[in-house]
Amino acid sequence: MSYAATHDQHDDHHGAPKGFFQRWCMSTNHKDIGTLYLIFSLTMLFIGGSFAMLIRAELFKPGMQLMQPYFFNEMTAMHALVMIFGAIMPAFVGLGNWMIPLMVGAPDMALPRMNNLSFWILPFAFALLLSTLFLPGGGPAGGWTMYPPLSLQSSSLAYAVFAIHLMGISSIMGAINIIATILNMRAPGMDLMKMPVFVWSWLITAFLLIAVMPALAGAVTMLLTDKYFGTNFFNPGGGGDPVLYQHIFWFFGHPEVYIMILPAFGIISEIVPTFARKPIFGYKAMVFAIACIAFLSFIVWAHHMFAVGLPLGAEIFFMYATMLISVPTGVKVFNWVATMWGGSMTFETPMLFAIAFIILFTIGGFSGLMMALVPADFQYHDTYFIVAHFHYVLVTGALFAIIGAAYYWMPKWTGNMYSEFWGKVHFWNSVVWVNVLFFPQHFLGLAGMPRRIPDYNVAFANFNMISSIGGFLFGATQLIFVGVLIHCAFFSKKKATDRVWEGAKGLEWTIPSPAPHHTFEVPPVINDDELAHGHVND
Amino acid sequence: MTSGGIRRSFTATAALALASFGSVALAAPGPWQLNMERGASTWSHVPYHLNNTALAVCTVIGMLVFGAMFIAMFRFRKSRGAVAEKWSHNTTVEVVWTTIPVLILITLAYMATGGLTTWADTTGSQMTVKVTGYQWKWRYDYVDYMGKSIDKVGFMSKLDTRSDQTRQLGSGMDPFAVKVGDENTYLLDVDKPLVVPVDTKIRFVITSGDVIHSWWVPATGWKIDAIPGIINAAWANFTTPGTYRGQCAELCGQDHAFMPIVVVVKSKADFAKWLAEQEAPSAAPAPAPQTAQVAAPVAGKQG
Repeated sequence: MSYAATHDQHDDHHGAPKGFFQRWCMSTNHKDIGTLYLIFSLTMLFIGGSFAMLIRAELFKPGMQLMQPYFFNEMTAMHALVMIFGAIMPAFVGLGNWMIPLMVGAPDMALPRMNNLSFWILPFAFALLLSTLFLPGGGPAGGWTMYPPLSLQSSSLAYAVFAIHLMGISSIMGAINIIATILNMRAPGMDLMKMPVFVWSWLITAFLLIAVMPALAGAVTMLLTDKYFGTNFFNPGGGGDPVLYQHIFWFFGHPEVYIMILPAFGIISEIVPTFARKPIFGYKAMVFAIACIAFLSFIVWAHHMFAVGLPLGAEIFFMYATMLISVPTGVKVFNWVATMWGGSMTFETPMLFAIAFIILFTIGGFSGLMMALVPADFQYHDTYFIVAHFHYVLVTGALFAIIGAAYYWMPKWTGNMYSEFWGKVHFWNSVVWVNVLFFPQHFLGLAGMPRRIPDYNVAFANFNMISSIGGFLFGATQLIFVGVLIHCAFFSKKKATDRVWEGAKGLEWTIPSPAPHHTFEVPPVINDDELAHGHVND
Repeated sequence: MTSGGIRRSFTATAALALASFGSVALAAPGPWQLNMERGASTWSHVPYHLNNTALAVCTVIGMLVFGAMFIAMFRFRKSRGAVAEKWSHNTTVEVVWTTIPVLILITLAYMATGGLTTWADTTGSQMTVKVTGYQWKWRYDYVDYMGKSIDKVGFMSKLDTRSDQTRQLGSGMDPFAVKVGDENTYLLDVDKPLVVPVDTKIRFVITSGDVIHSWWVPATGWKIDAIPGIINAAWANFTTPGTYRGQCAELCGQDHAFMPIVVVVKSKADFAKWLAEQEAPSAAPAPAPQTAQVAAPVAGKQG
């Protein structure tokens, strides 16, 4: 590929702007905005993580030791809101911003100014949300799902609702930008069915975002008018229905959980072939499976509501639809394993995180399948079994994929290799402690411990203590990650090659490391042999 | 924990693991309990067996998939001189690993549907109890028993005083010391339990007076939300007399963790005696407060 040639013909009169404010606050550069997103996400990971530490500290042993129950409820609600909307989603948008233009041979995102706006909304949204913790009435304490009538009792509802509106606007603009980039800005010859799976996964995710964020905005707006403007959407005293909120919320909420996992599928589908040195098994099946999961995500929302007293027919429908999701998801897992089979594998840190993802996400998928069975869910619902399940898919799923992606692309971003030793120290500590943290929660849930409780019977004491110890150590382990990132960006002496990984394929590896401020100003000439999926005929 | 404690714990684990896998009804959660309990109603084996079946299926699939993965990681590593192959497609295996899961799912769905249908059938009940959730206590009203309506038996049921004192922040009291007999009842005991007869199909009609709660006694095998403005129905037929403990399972505000449920299942004769005592004029119940059908607007209450 002839990137270097094209770059030489181009005088570099527009490198990165010099001033800090100019460079970061006014940026329209996809790489700088991607970096901002990733730094923001890491910051939120630690803020949300500190809430989790407080939760685990209170749950360390029975009895109330550290905080009032209401504050505990604020912590559970804020932990979820910050992690979902502040850590996981912006991390994927950041990765998308950085990598999608590089992967499809585009000079930048299609709508660079909007890109700036969609990032810079986020710090304000979270400042608004987090400020509620310092207000007299306290923050939202009705769970991240904000079910009425409970959420209507919160005095900071308006703050939370406006913060969610801002996050929604940001997400929708980000999604529009990604769709426009992928559909309009691909280099000639980068056909849709030659795109990397990560790009495919983001294209589909972006459609999910546009479809469901307005539903969330609508639901929370109705909460707002119920509380402040005398409407009765959810107030039975005025002819409303609290269950209506749950339907609207989960119509958003279920696609939302796939918004947080489909890009992770994409990342794993990039990492595994690179380190197995073998093309991904069943490229078309992988893309089709993502599309399938995305479609099914719209018709399974009420599986979050099996215990609200749905009619029998509805319970049966949502049970079957939910179970169906395990088929395309299973196909993805089988295909990753088949990609490894017959490969020539090495186990650098990104690959370790990818392998841990496949195993631990699958465990989360298994508990998900169990929960789809309505009679069993009557027992699982709202217990620690659920907490274990969604942390397996979100922490060892989404978060592990993000961390793997950071290790995978960091040399391309910074031009330096990270410390493989400390990367592995980070990995092994993460994978051990995350299981010590979340696996016992399955037992707690099965034994009957409800979720969102600050105190519990002594029968639950043993596993809670184990879980808390795992939690503290998992949290501390992430400080290693920060160390590795800082070392890689500023101190590492080992320069990365352009290709970085021996088995890496695709356009992003044809540009220099670190990636210059502007890339592909002239569309690259696509050579199918250089692409990961240049010759897809199956 | 001392080493004796650890040894005791291991013994207890083994005993409990055996007990819970061996379908013994547990009235309350046990330390180191690993699996769902079998329950103590005619229906509660349904979630228990579904749970065990699904867990077994998942374990087998997991062993196959992860086993294949570990074999691949061992055999096809570059350090052992493995050379990457070029293939990236195989229609036969793809069809196989799409079809087999579908067949497994159909089996599981069939089992679950049958159990769900029996759960949804509340007809033919011999007794009706109305359950109302409040922040943060439960109210039980006895509606009818054996075809006769009961109109004066109803009471509030809230966390017992010992647990309530112990659970206060900085109380300095030991949760391990809250016991009834040998059983630790910290946060799992109430001042006045729900009393019901054994071998009777009891229909529970469940609603709420303020926010959403969820009425859950694991021994029944189910939980169902108590929602203002909506009356949900479910049934249970207890097979063994005993004391069964549960908790509110839907976040309902600051004291969500502190509104347990206790169901005392008595023999029919004992229950008849208990009911007669309750119906006697001397034991006139407190007037029933407003309930959910006329839910007052919930405003300003700190939850």
